[in-house]
Amino acid sequence: MKADHRKKIGVFICHCGINIAGVVDVNKAREEIGRYPGVVHSEDYIYMCSDPGQNFVKEAIKEKKLDAVVIACCSPTLHETTFRRTVESVGMNPYQCEIANIREQCSWVHENKKAATDKAMKITESVIEKLVLNESLFPVTVPVTRRALVIGGGIAGIQAALDIANAGYEVLLVEREPSIGGHMIQLSETFPTLDCAQCILTPRMVEVGHHPKVKLLTYSEIQEVSGYVGNFKVKILRKPRYVIEDKCNLCGECEKVCPIAAPCSFEGNLKVRKAIYIPFPQAIPATYTIDADKCPGFLPIACGKCAEVCEPKAIDFDMKLEIIEEEVGSIVVATGYELYPPKMIGEYGGGKYEDVIDGLQFERILSASGPTNGEVRRLSDGKVPKRVVFVSCVGSRDPENHFPYCSKICCMYTAKHAMLYKHRVPDGEAIVFYIDIRAGGKRYEEFVTRAQEEDKVLYIRGKVSKIFKDGDELVVMGADTLSGKQVEIRCDLVVLSMAMTPSKRIEETVKKLKIQMDEHGFLQEAHPKLRPVETLTAGFYLAGAGQAPKDIPDAVAQASGAASKVLDMFSKDELEHLPIVATVDEDLCSGCGVCVPLCPYEARVMEIRDGRKIAAVNEILCEGCGSCVSACPSGASQQRNLKDDQIINVVEVMLTDGKGEF
Amino acid sequence: MVKENFNPKILAFLCKWCSSAGADLAGTSRIKYPPNVLPITVMCSSRIDPSFIIHAFKRGADGVLVAGCHPGDCHYQSGNYKTRRRIFLLKGLLEDLGIESGRLRLEWISAAEGLKFASVIKEFTRGIQTLGPLNRGNG
Repeated sequence: MKADHRKKIGVFICHCGINIAGVVDVNKAREEIGRYPGVVHSEDYIYMCSDPGQNFVKEAIKEKKLDAVVIACCSPTLHETTFRRTVESVGMNPYQCEIANIREQCSWVHENKKAATDKAMKITESVIEKLVLNESLFPVTVPVTRRALVIGGGIAGIQAALDIANAGYEVLLVEREPSIGGHMIQLSETFPTLDCAQCILTPRMVEVGHHPKVKLLTYSEIQEVSGYVGNFKVKILRKPRYVIEDKCNLCGECEKVCPIAAPCSFEGNLKVRKAIYIPFPQAIPATYTIDADKCPGFLPIACGKCAEVCEPKAIDFDMKLEIIEEEVGSIVVATGYELYPPKMIGEYGGGKYEDVIDGLQFERILSASGPTNGEVRRLSDGKVPKRVVFVSCVGSRDPENHFPYCSKICCMYTAKHAMLYKHRVPDGEAIVFYIDIRAGGKRYEEFVTRAQEEDKVLYIRGKVSKIFKDGDELVVMGADTLSGKQVEIRCDLVVLSMAMTPSKRIEETVKKLKIQMDEHGFLQEAHPKLRPVETLTAGFYLAGAGQAPKDIPDAVAQASGAASKVLDMFSKDELEHLPIVATVDEDLCSGCGVCVPLCPYEARVMEIRDGRKIAAVNEILCEGCGSCVSACPSGASQQRNLKDDQIINVVEVMLTDGKGEF
Repeated sequence: MVKENFNPKILAFLCKWCSSAGADLAGTSRIKYPPNVLPITVMCSSRIDPSFIIHAFKRGADGVLVAGCHPGDCHYQSGNYKTRRRIFLLKGLLEDLGIESGRLRLEWISAAEGLKFASVIKEFTRGIQTLGPLNRGNG
């Protein structure tokens, strides 16, 4: 027993009906604890958390001028907040109130009354010892920059940006491609309603592009993010597009005279574009871009035809790479997905046969603005395919060879592909290989049934083992696991539902952001169920398929969720942070820096103070784990209200036999 | 041999997020275990300075349990990995000090593992009863 006599402590023991009092002798505990050094008031009551119980606490604080109180009751997860509010209402700092857990960790797990009573008293005494050295604490506060950064201009990023901007806050929307729109703008029609992707997305693109609160930075990448929640500094690299956005009037004369052709990635490389190009007619911003890797015009002798024909003089070969710096308070990461390349599946001839294509390429073939103007034709010979095989789960659900996860949207878009093919080629035959049909979603199951029943798509349950070419036909070999037979199907075109993977360069971006990724490279949410749009790094939120494979409605819902988290932050003047953080005694700190790499939040930083190296603490970033504190060789680092001395005192009181000496 | 009449003193350092919550669940589920273990809750198992454990043995503990979140589940991303390394090194040191390394135990106990918490306490208490009181000599 060594409690500091200068602090006047009150102890309140709850019976919790018979939950505590049935096992713990509360009278004995009250009497004995009442004699503990520093305790000037002890009381027991049937339900401390009730209004009368809380009033006893308030009265005692006022009458006995208590400096601190211990409530011996249930787990602090239940009523710590209750009692801290109680004491605060009569002017006591909430951190002068601590809970002794004598129910969950004592009376409910023991039967021997004497042993339980002794243990309940020990637990209470240990909390008294901790409390004696508790400081009065106040939340750490930090100002908020009410401005958001959204990384990625697909449907998720667009939605998040619009939600935040419509609430009246400025948004920077950064997209690395020349236009916003993401993968959704490549789609022909969308399940389960078959409305055209461009028809529903382009109004949103225009809205975000012209929104007075949105600063749109396309053809740009994040170079560096520093700072912390509420106060980030971002460096954004703007790649030169060599065309002045505001001057370009989309006349297209440049494209006509450009002598260089290159595969068009927007068209799934099924079409060529020129070195000066606009990815698609409705691109936002509406401007041409010069592909510097292909254009010979940087040597004026070699070319420069586009500049010659450009009436508004929009072409500027001297445009330079630009780095701009911006300040934002929160960041929404909507970096999206990519399809696993078909060439990774050698046995299907992906990347080898022109008529084995992936789902996004088939979207372009179906699209009215695509390489075949919406007519379903093979790229190899322009022939209308009379039999098309669609293969699901290519790379997905294949833990031995590729990815263990389900890509979630393929069952639905495969049904859509087969259905749209049948609408365009009514006398054609559509065959789908599947493992299971996963059509969980509003009107999804009905959609698949419609493909099967109305559009007569043939579904074969089984995996495809091999695809090879025979003459100008493709041969698909596989198993029909329902009939137990091997099947061999000759067809004209094969569409592979490739696995969804995180966007290729996401890893680089994520490292700059200091947020976590899962084992597949998808962005890691703070909690898989209860915090699906937050990350463990404060101030960062997630939206879209960069977090996990998801369809458009889910991506939009998550984006609005992320935006509401941002708006929640912006609704406050200052952010509050739990004050139980690490501290450093600058006189004791030797500047060894052991703590710096231990901190997962980069809250420990080396700084020079009065010519000496000090491992300072950024209280905003510190989450209060105490990992650095226990590694500090000099004891300079401490954790507020969990100081070394407090824990040592707790250990000692736990181990005394009640007689008071060692 | 288990010395049934020997009542060991055991300290349990629990992290707040998983192991203390697991201990709470043992309570909510009314799973009984021996009262020899006294709990000390900290924010993260990585807050446990090895010197606290040595201090506990010096001041009369017969056994010390350290419990944290399962690998990969740490509330603070990686605290439990630091704990694992520290406890591994400390066990070697304890042997050098003449303290059986079996008196120190590290366990991963999640907030859902009330049953595991209780069975770890039962097992550990029996293990310490078998080892007998820690012989501190005259120090």
